[in-house]
Amino acid sequence: MGRITLDKVSKSFGDVEVIPPLDLTIEDGEFTVFVGPSGCGKSTLLRLIAGLEDSSGGHIRIDGNDATHVPPAKRGLAMVFQSYALYPHMSVRKNIAFPMKMANVPEDEQNRRIEAAAIALNLSDYLDRRPGQLSGGQRQRVAIGRAIVREPAAFLFDEPLSNLDAALRVGMRLEISELHERLQTTMIYVTHDQVEAMTMADKIVVLQAGVIEQVGSPLELYRAPRNKFVAGFIGSPKMNFIEGDEAAKFNAHTIGIRPEHIDVSDTEGQWKGTVGVAEHLGSDTFFHVHGTGMAETMTVRAPGEVNLRHGDVIHMTPRKDQIHKFDAQCLRIE
Amino acid sequence: MATQHSRSAARLMMAPAVVLLLGWMLVPLIMTLLFSFKKYIPLRGGDLGWVGFDNYIRFVTSSAFWPSVSATLIVVGGVLIITVIFGVLLAILLNQPMWGQGVVRILVIAPFFVMPTVSALVWKNMFMDPVNGLFAHLWKFFGAAPVEWLSQASLQSIVMIVSWQWLPFATLILLTAIQSLDSEQLEAAEMDGAPPVKRFAYITLPHLGRAITVVVLIQTIFLLAIFAEIFVTTQGSFGTKTLTYLIYQRVLESQNVGLGSAGGVYAIILANIVAIFLMRMVGKNLDA
Amino acid sequence: MARSVTTQRKIINTAAAWTVGMLIFFPILWTVLTSFKTEATAIADPPVFLAFDWTLENYSTVMERSDYMRFLWNSVIIAGGSTLLGIIIAVPAAWSMAFVPSKRTKDILLWMLSTKMLPAVGVLYPIYLIFIKMGLLDTRTGLVIVLMLMNLPIIVWMLYTYFKEIPGEILEAARMDGASLKEEILYVLTPMAIPGIASTLLLNFILAWNEAFWTLNLTAAKAAPLTAFIASYSSPEGLFYAKLSAASTMAIAPILILGWFSQKQLVSGLTFGAVK
Repeated sequence: MGRITLDKVSKSFGDVEVIPPLDLTIEDGEFTVFVGPSGCGKSTLLRLIAGLEDSSGGHIRIDGNDATHVPPAKRGLAMVFQSYALYPHMSVRKNIAFPMKMANVPEDEQNRRIEAAAIALNLSDYLDRRPGQLSGGQRQRVAIGRAIVREPAAFLFDEPLSNLDAALRVGMRLEISELHERLQTTMIYVTHDQVEAMTMADKIVVLQAGVIEQVGSPLELYRAPRNKFVAGFIGSPKMNFIEGDEAAKFNAHTIGIRPEHIDVSDTEGQWKGTVGVAEHLGSDTFFHVHGTGMAETMTVRAPGEVNLRHGDVIHMTPRKDQIHKFDAQCLRIE
Repeated sequence: MATQHSRSAARLMMAPAVVLLLGWMLVPLIMTLLFSFKKYIPLRGGDLGWVGFDNYIRFVTSSAFWPSVSATLIVVGGVLIITVIFGVLLAILLNQPMWGQGVVRILVIAPFFVMPTVSALVWKNMFMDPVNGLFAHLWKFFGAAPVEWLSQASLQSIVMIVSWQWLPFATLILLTAIQSLDSEQLEAAEMDGAPPVKRFAYITLPHLGRAITVVVLIQTIFLLAIFAEIFVTTQGSFGTKTLTYLIYQRVLESQNVGLGSAGGVYAIILANIVAIFLMRMVGKNLDA
Repeated sequence: MARSVTTQRKIINTAAAWTVGMLIFFPILWTVLTSFKTEATAIADPPVFLAFDWTLENYSTVMERSDYMRFLWNSVIIAGGSTLLGIIIAVPAAWSMAFVPSKRTKDILLWMLSTKMLPAVGVLYPIYLIFIKMGLLDTRTGLVIVLMLMNLPIIVWMLYTYFKEIPGEILEAARMDGASLKEEILYVLTPMAIPGIASTLLLNFILAWNEAFWTLNLTAAKAAPLTAFIASYSSPEGLFYAKLSAASTMAIAPILILGWFSQKQLVSGLTFGAVK
């Protein structure tokens, strides 16, 4: 079980309120991602749930029990840190065994769980090595192994992939997702990378300045961002925002259109501009367009084979049903 | 960045060290302060009542006071000048490429690890003894009359012994500082056409400024408290009575605790003035 | 980048450095050499450098006559005891400062260092009086306590700087893994900080071993360590140079060797990190 409820939880450091009172429920077995720019309070929120920080107000409930003042060790949660935080003086086996040793799990049960975790995480050959002798990805797996053997109510991940190189990151992302499919345990995952959020989450919590901007499934957030911030944060490349006369035509203060929702032509279209930088990815091409008179730069996606170059005139037509409208308070207009 | 729980645990775990040091500082300090305002002579009646600032006045007006101040200044100043100048030169020399650098460094550092009583004793007998000392042999070899070092040149002798003990410390710190100097800076200066002497004056020396200040402050604090070297060699005679030694004699030899305590308070104030500057530098370092 | 240097310059450097090094080291070398001479050779004029009949006689005489082993044992107990006790008190304090810093941490640290600056002579009599009252005069316990208090600031400081290099996340991981505070310090922090703790031990052992104010003034016959033992050779007037040298060599040899191993810690420890 692992249902976590935050009830008016807040956090201040001295006079600075980093998290105003917020409510959030994370259902049992759910993969929840906290995402937001750096300094948005997502890590602090995770540490409040872990018990590594005291909340300044409100209640944290784990499976209905008030855990607000329970020390981290007693909350039944496991955490994977950004730096992996492996014990450098212990072998991989001892690292994984440590939480069980602290909990006085019998030795043969310890060994059984270590073997199982080692097989699941492909670590069997490395059990007697020290963390210093492992690669980044292997260390990451040891950290996960150490979390698994505790059989926690929920896993907490604090930007676990940010120290890995790009290729490994994709692999580990999959492994963590598969782990979640297998264990069906609650996972809370903090990242600043919206791609990780989109690909892994059942539920995304978008945070900014300690405030929850929106909670929802990846596609909900993609299709119906509640405000301009979420619209700009979710999706890559970023949504284009247009203000002024063009927006007024739609009875909005600002309209937003994603690069993938604009059709491109070299002959005719609703909007016209000049191609700046063209980024060819093979499957797709992204054009950075200037001189539209609506926004300084617009990004549009075109199929890989469009033959437009730097300096060429480009015509663009937005798909009407994909235009997002926002009012002066940046809130979504339906 | 912590919980209430760990903060209170931290306070609890810091308590023994803080309480012990607080006691170690306050109890004797308060007692010294109290004694300094009393006529207190344990062997002749003990506590003879309050006397106000009498002890403070008597301490500075006694015939031994000014000579002790000048002896202290000569010892501290002399040792500082010698160790800083030779320390800089030695550090530069040791930083040059050579064979057996490690061994030379070990040889140079060795005196610091010799206990003060041993170094005082060795210098006093085996080098400075006017009959059998090595210096006496040397002087005779060149046809000069041996010098009675510890009586004729007593303060200079003490300065020499103490300098020998502290030169390694100065050298080691200055060497550490020199090694942290970015060699590209020197190469840039060389490319700019600065000759070696100017490179030293404009780049190396300013870089060493901080280290030299630290050497001066730390050594001053230790040098003000020099005791064993004088205790073993001259017992304070021949003008080698420093402030520390004078206070020691007042307290333990003539058992005039009131007077000695007043002297002690002077010494504490003096040391604190130096300490404030040192603490400022350490404090800055804490922020960095 | 290392600069290429002509061999000629390197030879000059080497010669100069070795000459200066030998000159500085000479008093120690001379003491060691003299300790192997007979008393007559020790004061021979002109002095004999190496060509003498080496003898161990002085060492055996010193050991027999002066109860050297007792002084040595006192030194070991006092230096070792004060250092160990200091470490035990300092580890929790340094943990607190390094991992749960507050606004006051820096001030407390600086204040601790400042107690090190208090001139001993200023508080000699109060300590003397307290020692008499508590029956600590001329006891090893008394000196262990005083030297521990004297070096505690340096021990706390050194441990603090070593602990600060350990990432706090590892300790948090231990906390998440269910370790109590005691287990966190015992199983995670201490093993990780072993190198730092070892050098702290080493340097403070040396400082305590060589301490020569309290050891001279608070001991008499019973608890006197080697510093006091050597001071008792104060006036041999050329009669016992060889034995004096043997005694001195025995007093400094172990510490000299330890000291050479702890050069680096010396800088960081004694300057409180103000020079790196």
